[in-house]
Parts: sequence; structure tokens; C-alpha cells
Amino acid sequence: MSLMNQKWRGTYTLFKKEVLRFWRVAFQTVASPVLTALLYLLIFSHVLASHVQVYENVPYTAFLIPGLIMMSLLQNAFANSSSSLIQSKVMGNIVFILLTPLSYLQFYMALLAAAMIRGLFVGFVIYLVALFFVDLPIVHVGWILTFAVLGSALLGTFGIIAGIWADKFDQMAAFQNFVIMPLTFLSGVFYSIHSLPPFWQVVSKFNPFFYMIDGFRFGFFGKGDVSPWLSLVVVIGFLLGLAWVCLKMLKSGYKLRG
Amino acid sequence: MKPAIQFNRVHKNFGELQALNGIDLTIPQGEFFGLLGPNGAGKSTLINILAGLLKPTYGTASVMGHDVVSDYQAARMALGVVPQELVFDPFFNVREMLRFQAGYFGRGRENDAWVDEILEGLGLTDKAHTNMRKLSGGMKRRALIAQALAHKPPVIVLDEPTAGVDVELRQMLWEFIKKLNREGHTIVLTTHYLEEAETLCSRVAMMKQGEIVALDSTANLLNKFAGKNLRLVLGNAPLPAPLLSMLKSGEHGVYMLALSHLSQVEFALSELRKANVQIEDMQLIEPDLEDVFMSLVGSASHRNDDLIIQS
Ligand SMILES: Nc1ncnc2c1ncn2[C@@H]1O[C@H](COP(=O)(O)OP(=O)(O)OP(=O)(O)O)[C@@H](O)[C@H]1O
Ligand SMILES: [Mg+2]
Repeated sequence: MSLMNQKWRGTYTLFKKEVLRFWRVAFQTVASPVLTALLYLLIFSHVLASHVQVYENVPYTAFLIPGLIMMSLLQNAFANSSSSLIQSKVMGNIVFILLTPLSYLQFYMALLAAAMIRGLFVGFVIYLVALFFVDLPIVHVGWILTFAVLGSALLGTFGIIAGIWADKFDQMAAFQNFVIMPLTFLSGVFYSIHSLPPFWQVVSKFNPFFYMIDGFRFGFFGKGDVSPWLSLVVVIGFLLGLAWVCLKMLKSGYKLRG
Repeated sequence: MKPAIQFNRVHKNFGELQALNGIDLTIPQGEFFGLLGPNGAGKSTLINILAGLLKPTYGTASVMGHDVVSDYQAARMALGVVPQELVFDPFFNVREMLRFQAGYFGRGRENDAWVDEILEGLGLTDKAHTNMRKLSGGMKRRALIAQALAHKPPVIVLDEPTAGVDVELRQMLWEFIKKLNREGHTIVLTTHYLEEAETLCSRVAMMKQGEIVALDSTANLLNKFAGKNLRLVLGNAPLPAPLLSMLKSGEHGVYMLALSHLSQVEFALSELRKANVQIEDMQLIEPDLEDVFMSLVGSASHRNDDLIIQS
């Protein structure tokens, strides 16, 4: 067997294990975030539909859906890699991976790919279910796919960083509650940032989540708060930055190899 | 032929603590090697450096000639490690875990026959489809051993594989490991069951506080460090004074005398006759690794209290 083959199979095996890990508990990892998103949809659209109009000719419920899809996609990509790592660190079974010849790059690719699959899958299911409730246009499918893929990669990478850094479950919970949640809610999932006071508009523009959601939404309506090209540049920039940090950590063996 | 395992001046510090203090050790291919020492001697640390779980502070280590840092992929391909801690992945069953483990090393379906052989050899065949979470402790230990063997490594390191397993499994495990050894696999074992090391290992290293204090064939160590013992049952009579210098232990009229030479039996008997002491029972006791162990590492450390010594 060639070396290339062997490496490919090693990476693929880890990817497969990571996918099975969440798929075995799909009720918790897929069904539950879908339900959460639908509850948001029901409540917010019911309460706000008559009061808020963000874009002309776009009902609030339709406006909301891309934001909810992206929010769930990002949260689940993050949850997959971070919880897989923290669990196997706390359980100690991460040694099974550390004892293998898998390189840090293979490790990164496999965990990232599985996180992306979960994020994208959850997002897609929410999209399908939402179609029962509203007519959702698709103006630029290319932008939709681009931001979905980049967003899941960015949060999958972020999840790996958090999973390596955290030693305990409560540290991970703190990370979720104090970093991920605020970034999601201050990103324009539920509103256009133009409806915010000037100060919070400026703050939002430093939030990478804002660009992912705005670019993603642009794909549906052909309208956004900023140009999708700007969003693309910002998101790619953040992704490269985080990937660089993540690979540095993995390469040095930070918190994994003493 | 390249050695199976080699350590060159390996040091490992954890902050202030010097866990390993210049370990030099070469284990040739095909050997059944024992690594002994009290709790905290540094056995696991040494193994973890070999496995790449820890980085040495100084020095190098290699497996089958591959440096564990600069050529880690080849080194890990050649190495199977059973960790000391009983860890498992609760999401999968035994067979899935073994397939994954082989897969990480680039092995696929062609490896299934070997996986079956491992399951058979470790008595796990009927547990193959049981979730890891539902296995008993001893069964988890077997699965842990099976996982280390999944990619059929030429060098196998077992860090206390028999802690907490019953006698039956211990027999089964050792039969299986001995078979692997006969087939050419190099085996390194740490254990607190000294008797186990004595019967299995052709060579033994004893560690103490991060250093190797003895390294020799098991037979030589026994000869060098442990003479025979003479066990005397004397009823109510005290031990004659000239024999006190040989006394190792004694209570309730049962005395254990250490012999540095067999001719001392003669001396002991004549002293007893002189003192007119009746011998109720007498036994010549062969030395075992326990004695070697005690004479090398026992004195300075009270931590070996929890050594399990079978009799
Ligand atoms: N990760 C770590 N951080 C700090 N100290 C450590 C670490 N791992 C081991 N030590 C210390 O290094 C020393 C050697 O430990 P090690 O686990 O190698 O001993 P051992 O010979 O395997 O003991 P045992 O028979 O109990 O398994 C001990 O004093 C231990 O406390
Ligand atoms: Mg140990």
C-alpha cells in the first residue's frame, strides 16, 4: 500500500469516526437544533412580522430564515469539533488518536470536515423545514453555498481551538456563553444592523458573524447591509487567521502532548 | 539488526520534578522485557515518551530505528501501546473501535482477519458488538489491549495490562502475548506483579526515582541480588544469637534467614544444635524478584507499600 493511500485512509477513518459520533446521537445533535431554530422562527415571526420590515418586498419571516439557518449552521459546526475534543480529553480516549501516525494536518482536516458536515446538514434541514412556512427566494445560489461552506469551516476551526484550550466542560460552556452566543446574537440574525444605533452598528462591523450572515442572506435576496465581496474578504481573512492559530496549536502539541 | 527500542540519555522534567534522569536503554528485537519499579518511578513517563504522548526534556528515543520525534510516523507505525489508564470511547462497540484503530494506521478490510484473531485471543469474540460503555472493567482492559494490537505492530508495550483483571484473563492474556512474542513481536511490560515478570520476561530493568538501578537478565538478577532464604519454625525457643545477623524477619517462632551462600545452612544447623533448639520445620526458599526488588528499591521508598506481591 502506498504511503499516500495509507495517509488518505487514516484521515478518512478519523473523519468517519467523527461523523458517526454525532450521527449516533442525531436526536441531540441534529433534531434538537432544528427544533430550536423553528421555535425562534415561530415566535419571532409571530411577534415581529407586523412590526418590522427590513428590506422592501421581503416579509420579516423570510428575512429571518437565512439568519436562523446560518446561526444554527455556525453553532453546530462549533459544537461538533469542540465537544468531540473536550469529551475525548476528559474521557482520556484522545490517546487513541495521539498514538497513531496521523499528522496534525490530517487531524485538523478530519475534525474540520466532520464539523462542516454537521453544520451544513443542520442548516440544510432547517432550510427544508422552513420551506413549509414561507416562500424563500434564491437569487445567488453561489453566494449561499460559499458562505455556508466558509462559515462552517470558520466555526469548525474555532471549535477545535476551543476544544484544545478548554480542560473542563464548564470552561467550554463559558466559551459558548461568553463568546459564541454574544457574537451570534449581535450579528444581525434577527435584524438589519441599519436598524441599530450608530454605536452598535460600528461594533457589529467588527463581528465576523455579521459578515457570514449578511453574505449568506445576500444569496437569498440579492440585498445586504454590505457588499458580499467585502463579506467574502472578511470571512476568508478570519478563516485563514483562525486556521493558522489552530494549526500552530496542533503542531506544537499544546495541551495534547506534554 | 536495529534495536526494537532505544533510549539515549532521556530526561523528563515536570516543572521542578525530575521524573526521568538520564535513561539509557536498548531493547533488541524479539525480546520479552520487563520494566519494574515502585509507583512514581517513571515507567509510564518513559513509555509515554516512546509513544509521543510526552516530549523528552532532553535525549532521544527510537522505535525500530525511527526517532520518535523527527520520524514519528514510522516510529508510531511500529509501536502498539496499551495505556495504563482504563480509557474507552463510549460511542462505539468493540469491533468498531478496532476497525477505527487499524484505519488510523492506514489499514482497511484486509486487516479484519487479524482483528478476529485478536478478539479470539483475548476472549472478546462474543463482546465484539457490545458497546464499550457496557463492558465490565476487565473486559474494557481487554479491549484496550486489543486496540493497541489492531495495526499489528512489531513492538508492543503494555503499561500494567493486568491491573484489575482476574486470574483467568491473566493466563489468557499471557498465552496470547507469549504467542506474539514467539512470532517475533518485541514485548515490553510494566507490572506490579513481580511473579509475572519473573516467569515472562527474559530481561528486566528496575527503575527508581527516574533512574534505572538494575538491568540484567532475570536469572542474573536473581543470582546477584537475592540469595536463598532459610525458613525455620522453632516453636517457643529464641533464635541463637550468632544467627541474628542473618535474620530477615521473625515472629511467633517462625524465622526467615537470608543466605548469601548455601554453606550457611550448615552453620545455622550447627548453631541450633549447640543451643539445643528443637527444629519443628525447615524449608529452603528460592529467591524471587520480590527480593531483588526489595534490596534495590525497597529501602529508600515507602511508596512501594502498594506493590502487589503474589505468593
Ligand atoms: N503530567 C504530569 N505532570 C506532572 N507530573 C507528572 C506527570 N506525569 C507523571 N508525573 C510525575 O512523574 C513521576 C513519574 O510518574 P510515572 O507515572 O512515570 O510513574 P510510574 O513509574 O508509571 O508509576 P506507577 O507504577 O504508579 O504507574 C511521578 O512523580 C509523577 O507524579
Ligand atoms: Mg505508570
